[in-house]
Amino acid sequence: MRKNFLKFSVKDSLFTGLIALALFGPIVGLRTVAKNEILIVQPKWLIVILIVAVCAIGRFLINLYVFKRDQKLGNQSTIGKSIGNFLDTKGTQIAISAIIFSVIFPFLPFTDRYLMDIAIMMLTYIMLGWGLNIVIGLAGLLDLGYVAFYAVGAYSYALFAIHFGWSFWICLPLAGIFAAMFGVLLGFPVLRLRGDYLAIVTLAFGEMIRILLLNWYELTKGPDGLTGIPRPSFFGLPFKSFPDEGEQTFHTFFGLEYNPMQRIIFLYYLILVLALITNLFTIKIRKLPIGRAWEALREDEIACKSLGVNPRNTKLTAFAIGAMFGGFAGSFFATRQAFISPESFTFIESAIIVAIVVLGGMGSQTGVVLSTVFLIGLIEVFRDFESYRMIAFGGAMVLIMIFRPRGILATRKPTIILNNKD
Amino acid sequence: MLKISNIETFYGNIQALRGVNVKVENGEIVALIGSNGAGKSTLLMTVSGVNKASAGEIVFNDKNIESLLPHDIVNLGISQVPEGRRIFSRLTVEDNLRLGASSNDKGIHYSKDIKDIYDLFPILKDRLGQRGGTLSGGEQQMLAIGRALMARPKMLLLDEPSLGIAPKLVNQIFVAIKNINKEKKVTIFLVEQNAKKALELADRGYVLVNGSVTLEGSGQELLKNEDIQAAYLEGGGKK
Repeated sequence: MRKNFLKFSVKDSLFTGLIALALFGPIVGLRTVAKNEILIVQPKWLIVILIVAVCAIGRFLINLYVFKRDQKLGNQSTIGKSIGNFLDTKGTQIAISAIIFSVIFPFLPFTDRYLMDIAIMMLTYIMLGWGLNIVIGLAGLLDLGYVAFYAVGAYSYALFAIHFGWSFWICLPLAGIFAAMFGVLLGFPVLRLRGDYLAIVTLAFGEMIRILLLNWYELTKGPDGLTGIPRPSFFGLPFKSFPDEGEQTFHTFFGLEYNPMQRIIFLYYLILVLALITNLFTIKIRKLPIGRAWEALREDEIACKSLGVNPRNTKLTAFAIGAMFGGFAGSFFATRQAFISPESFTFIESAIIVAIVVLGGMGSQTGVVLSTVFLIGLIEVFRDFESYRMIAFGGAMVLIMIFRPRGILATRKPTIILNNKD
Repeated sequence: MLKISNIETFYGNIQALRGVNVKVENGEIVALIGSNGAGKSTLLMTVSGVNKASAGEIVFNDKNIESLLPHDIVNLGISQVPEGRRIFSRLTVEDNLRLGASSNDKGIHYSKDIKDIYDLFPILKDRLGQRGGTLSGGEQQMLAIGRALMARPKMLLLDEPSLGIAPKLVNQIFVAIKNINKEKKVTIFLVEQNAKKALELADRGYVLVNGSVTLEGSGQELLKNEDIQAAYLEGGGKK
């Protein structure tokens, strides 16, 4: 058995090397350079050999130490198992300590402007992940165009705030309602679609919204983007260093020195509260009939129909509520940036949010947090090595898929496990 | 109570039902037997509205239901226990039962109804917090029947309740079906491959062959019928 396995591993890794060669050979190996006004091909075989070797050896090691095909089915590798056990048993404690940590985070001694910005960005993604988790994790509808609702939220917030001068607290729910309406709009044509087909249509929807924003110049200023989006105020008290005559601002009202960090900290708590509301909402709605119907729909649509669950309404509410939270996050994004353009809402954003949900373990709320910290944190850490960022991102996904194939925190496990009797 | 007339149903270009006529009276147990692919499940799916009939009429309590949506049909009082049970395997037993009560205002009777289900299938009470997928086949069938009963149906459509279940549990389930019919006064329309069991239980029966009804009669009559013995019952075909 062992010997066969070794043979299999060698074969497998050679095959992997072959695929890597076929892929990277032309893409990386053949490079065109302009010389004497003509393009000539300049091969770079050394780097190709390096990549192929990394792929083959990596595959060999994974085979040997992780997959261990001669093991009994269901036995995980030891590393995966220990991480898994830790996360499974300590899930609640992790969640509580994470909340406490995030509440005191702005006042920790090492916290600076840079870390705050990253934290705000992470929380935005966590909120998006939680919102999308309703659609993907609970209702089981693979939505690859979630960024569309983020964009709709951001643009409707910006347009309301710029043109009507309404405050953040009026525009926020409006943007959410607007995004929810777009959710229903997307929901109707995809009601009959499932799986891959649904994914493709939602992906197209995301692109349509982006292209619409790019071309509807009169409304959205197209590629120029919208500028001068009002900043949120602290219950009517703006954050300004030099208040107008007779105007109360945050720092004058509380008798503080003006400090630009005050606004950042306020934004931080704002997104923290918004994200926690999203989380609380999801936890609560899971126990209500509509939440149960979502999960049932994910399990078996025909059984749902035969029980009198209306699949149309159930799917539409899932799309609408998921979209609404995307819209809230979009509003926050707009008010934080004070500038938005269609560039912020490309497919890669959707892909990152889907990756966060899937890698976190579909349906797991804590999993979304962990995978956000992991993925977004990783992207940030590699900010200085610009060209390696995407490699690190891809590598992280591969690692998670190897060690935790059902996501960092898999909720899809039986509640009782029978012990093997051998 | 239920009158199915000249129903035709297609899957794409393939015709599964060719003008089926079936009548179920109030309080009866009616069995529909037939071999694999005869269209038995299709007929039940057409009654419950999951599949749409392309021609014909289905009248339930003087109301045409052939064009209604599945959830409206459940609200009128027809519940289905689908073939292969179709339990929500990652949801708990309790959530499965709660989902059964999701039609209309039936949720308000939840605590009373669930007691009735426990009386019928005591095992489910012990399994309440367990995920549906961890139950045995027989227990899942009980859960599926219980789930359908949570909608307080006037009529229960049962699709192959004996499929893939240990023989001992099959008896238990058939006893329960009889109870549901006699004590809860629920009319039962049963589809079975286990023709003997089904006809013993049923007041009347229909035989479906290639999408049309070829024989009908009381359960006892059909049991004695030589053609049926030859085709569907053990010991047949020896002559």
